[in-house]
Amino acid sequence: MGREEMPALPRAKLRVPMPLKLTVPELQAIAKRIRREIIEMIGAAKSGHPGGSLSAVEMIVTLYFHVMRHDPQNPKWPDRDRFILSKGHAAPVLYAAMAECGYTPLDQLNTLRKLGSMYQGHPDVRFIPSLEASTGSLGEGVSLALGMALAARMNGSPSRTFVMLGDGEIQEGQVWESAMFAAFYKVDNLVALVDYNGIQLDGFVKDIMEVAPLAAKWRAFGWHTVEIDGHNIPVLQAAFKEASETKGKPTAIIAHTIKGKGVSFMENNPKFHGTAPTPDEVKLALQELQ
Amino acid sequence: MTPTKPKFDLKLGMATREAFGKALVVAGRENQDIVVCDADLSKSTYTSLFHHEFPDRFFSCGIAEANMVAIAGGFAYAGKIPVVASFSCFVINKGFEQLRVTVAYPKLNVKVVGTHSGISIGEYGPSQMSVEETGLACSLPGFVVISPADEVSATALVLAAIKHVGPVFIRTGRMKAPIVYPADQKFEIGKAIELTEGSDVTVIATGLLVAEAIRAQVALEAEGISVRVIDIHTIKPLDRDAIRRAASETGAIVVAEEHLIDGGLGVRVAQIVAETHPCVMEFVGIHDTYAESGTPEQLLDKYGLVSRDVIAAVRRALNRKK
Repeated sequence: MGREEMPALPRAKLRVPMPLKLTVPELQAIAKRIRREIIEMIGAAKSGHPGGSLSAVEMIVTLYFHVMRHDPQNPKWPDRDRFILSKGHAAPVLYAAMAECGYTPLDQLNTLRKLGSMYQGHPDVRFIPSLEASTGSLGEGVSLALGMALAARMNGSPSRTFVMLGDGEIQEGQVWESAMFAAFYKVDNLVALVDYNGIQLDGFVKDIMEVAPLAAKWRAFGWHTVEIDGHNIPVLQAAFKEASETKGKPTAIIAHTIKGKGVSFMENNPKFHGTAPTPDEVKLALQELQ
Repeated sequence: MTPTKPKFDLKLGMATREAFGKALVVAGRENQDIVVCDADLSKSTYTSLFHHEFPDRFFSCGIAEANMVAIAGGFAYAGKIPVVASFSCFVINKGFEQLRVTVAYPKLNVKVVGTHSGISIGEYGPSQMSVEETGLACSLPGFVVISPADEVSATALVLAAIKHVGPVFIRTGRMKAPIVYPADQKFEIGKAIELTEGSDVTVIATGLLVAEAIRAQVALEAEGISVRVIDIHTIKPLDRDAIRRAASETGAIVVAEEHLIDGGLGVRVAQIVAETHPCVMEFVGIHDTYAESGTPEQLLDKYGLVSRDVIAAVRRALNRKK
């Protein structure tokens, strides 16, 4: 099925700067479209990380189309809100969202991971200058976000910074160095989202290196903590609103998600952390994502 | 015979780390975008001076170098000019992954200053000694790596590094350093300085070893050996032309540095010599070992980093050149 046959975005509503005033069903439609793009991109690339891209879709859609103030026509707008994908291996979900916003060409998504493509294996600002950061080595995103959030605070800018981490990623010690720092400096224009899908490359997080109790850990490090269903858009909207109203503390949103969400044979299956679907699996997945 | 005034009196000046801390305050007054991060060593790195004058632009990061380096990356993405400082061994080793992916890969405008470099930190022992940093810092694509010899060059090069757009690593020392340069000396990143003319052999030195090279030159001159001394204050990018000329005009090169020979300046100079004008080379540096506690003077002596060792290397080079 070609791209032209896909359900169209309500493009007439696109205007800048973001966010758009979209209804929840419209946001859900974008989420479905992005899921299809993720499958197609990774299928075409024959390598990549579908599971953790699919688990993050609603969070990314809510951020890019409902929460963040940003302007695809003016990506370097100094007062924009910023997003950092600390779990850089989920690049396909970010690329699809940025393409849907108009930052980058939709019709090149399927060049993912190919020589010369702007859609590099992990986010790379050298290829897409409108990305906020190059990422891919786990554990570094909150620190990066802190530098940006503190710079905004020093400049008196309303800019807020959002950073998404994987649940396996938080096994990295640097995450906790940065968590301690953020609370100590009361960086309340910073929001960390943990994509708590319970699976990392080698298997289930609980079997590799347990991270629970996750919310309690962030709370103990001095963060305002919200624990939610990461696929429920209205719930996500409420959580981001709560974060924006929380002063004197950074906010951590612990989002319970399903790895591979939306594609039955990928859901909760560690195999699809870092394995591309075969052409037949792509067909099956796209049928499910009608 | 009337004694001529020596070209270099090598009077003891301030440590290069102190010159850095003072220069940083000067830079901070001129440029509001400079922010400074330190990892609980600000009294030793002299960033405490900046903290005192600009408390709103100073961030104590606690003992967490990885986070500190990556925060600097975030600052740079947002248009600030972050300067991060710690003991060299901690910032380069504990922050290396962050220097690589967060700073070097997107080529961010971050300045990294390592203090207490080399073994002349003395009594603290090898866990605090940085002897691998030249190799590590130079391995990062796009990084400029600076190693000043004295307070004059440290001051000028810190200011030049801040004006340079892109990542820079600066290597500074704990000990008071002999003053090599007149106060009005001009420095340019990447441009080596020929301190003495010479035709028999060249000593290429950096950091504290520049003064030792000068002492060696004075002693050898008395024997009628003409030594060219070159200060390589910028280890990356290297002054290819100065090295090529030294090789072709003197036919023998000794490289002297307070660093492991593996991965050090000498290896980098040898590459350029091999590519331009192959000649005899000898190396003064630390030979594949970690040092120990002792006074800085004792350690420099024991590990072969004084003028005596430069002189011995020159003699070896001249013997091989024959």
